[in-house]
Amino acid sequence: MLAYDFKWSILWADPYGSWMLEGIWVTIKLGVICWFIALFLGTLIGTLRVTPWKLSRLFATGYTELFRDIPLLVQLFFWYFAAPRILPHSWEMYLYRGIPNSEFWIVVVGLSLYTSSRIAEHIRAGMQSISDDQYNAALSTGFTQFQTYRYVIIPYAIRLVIPPLTTECLTVFKNTSLAMTVAVLETTFMSQQIEAYTFHGIEATTGACVVYMIITLTVVMIMGLVEKRLAVPGLITRR
Amino acid sequence: MGTFDWKVIYDNFPFLMKGLLTTVELAIIGITGGLLLGIIVGMARLSSKKIIYYPATLFVNFFRSLPLLLVIFWFYFLVPLLAGRPMGDFFSASVAFIVFEASYFAEIIRAGIQSISKEQMQAAYSTGFTYGQAMRYIILPQALRNMVPSLLTQSVVVFQDTSLAYVIGVREFLRSASIVDAREMRSLELYAFIGVIYFVICYTMSKMSKRLEAKRGMAK
Repeated sequence: MLAYDFKWSILWADPYGSWMLEGIWVTIKLGVICWFIALFLGTLIGTLRVTPWKLSRLFATGYTELFRDIPLLVQLFFWYFAAPRILPHSWEMYLYRGIPNSEFWIVVVGLSLYTSSRIAEHIRAGMQSISDDQYNAALSTGFTQFQTYRYVIIPYAIRLVIPPLTTECLTVFKNTSLAMTVAVLETTFMSQQIEAYTFHGIEATTGACVVYMIITLTVVMIMGLVEKRLAVPGLITRR
Repeated sequence: MGTFDWKVIYDNFPFLMKGLLTTVELAIIGITGGLLLGIIVGMARLSSKKIIYYPATLFVNFFRSLPLLLVIFWFYFLVPLLAGRPMGDFFSASVAFIVFEASYFAEIIRAGIQSISKEQMQAAYSTGFTYGQAMRYIILPQALRNMVPSLLTQSVVVFQDTSLAYVIGVREFLRSASIVDAREMRSLELYAFIGVIYFVICYTMSKMSKRLEAKRGMAK
């Protein structure tokens, strides 16, 4: 049966414990940075999709379709291995060697763009659920098109779509694990490095699983608080 | 700045297509296996018996809170241990996809079953059907039909997810491109090529699901 000698102490023994902590810190940093960039970009693109101008709608639709229909891992590989090839050679070398931690920032680009296209879809759905009357009312009080979106439609839409955004936020943190494939030293990478040193793959991977679960639970709690704070009065909300 | 050389795609076309075939195989295994297991778990999620409800809920919440990448690693280490002998990376990846995607399919199935009114179940019982028969002949066919768009969307996700089997060395589409890249040093052409192929397949599938969503009728 199970011919396996469990040794859980590899999760905290020196130096593996500090590797794990470093990995967790990188995961959190990566997730938070990508989340805020993606939220900003996603709101922008989502808004462009419902504006009356045909060209901006076309651009935003193309943007979302492009980033949604290619696997994230392929996109990361593209940004990491392929895209720098377009640059002049000296720039390419600077990107890989000159910028400290360049793989981290390449993942930030890839993951933010990918996530923003998903957020854009939620924002669009939220905005389409707001009635035209609000839009017309804002215009008739003398708001410009931009002001209408900036002060009325977008703040309202974001508050409406907080539940699906919570799911997206969880997805961002789970997707940061893909950064290991381009050698970003985050939690999953560290757990596999511990495996490589100790041959205790099950313990290392289980340890990483627990880390992600704690992160997802924390995100759910924070987003729950945000949801309560920002609830639109008069609508059905959760207690 | 390098020049483009698309010959690398042409030269390695059979090898790349073999990778695509593996990707499709993995996707089909993940979708059918995940759907079948998902139906069982989805039904269990609606059970009134606590001993069935809680394990199913735990299963779903557990796997939905983990990154797929870790689940793949986990089964990669666990499967040979349970089997007592090496089973190969393709087999491990298949198990990981079935179990992981089942937790997502289960929630879709649950929503589908909940979209069918209770009276149908009571009517089935009163004509003498057992629970299994009522599910098999009355509830599930309607629930699945209602959920076809969501199931298709999830299938697109599974298809994209198979690229993660790369990490344990399965020679699927992405891995085969990276193998060719290691030899030919043509990253731009190769990754652009597989990106386009993925895009065409996923775009077609999601357009199909949108069209189905537009013209379907809901059963209640």
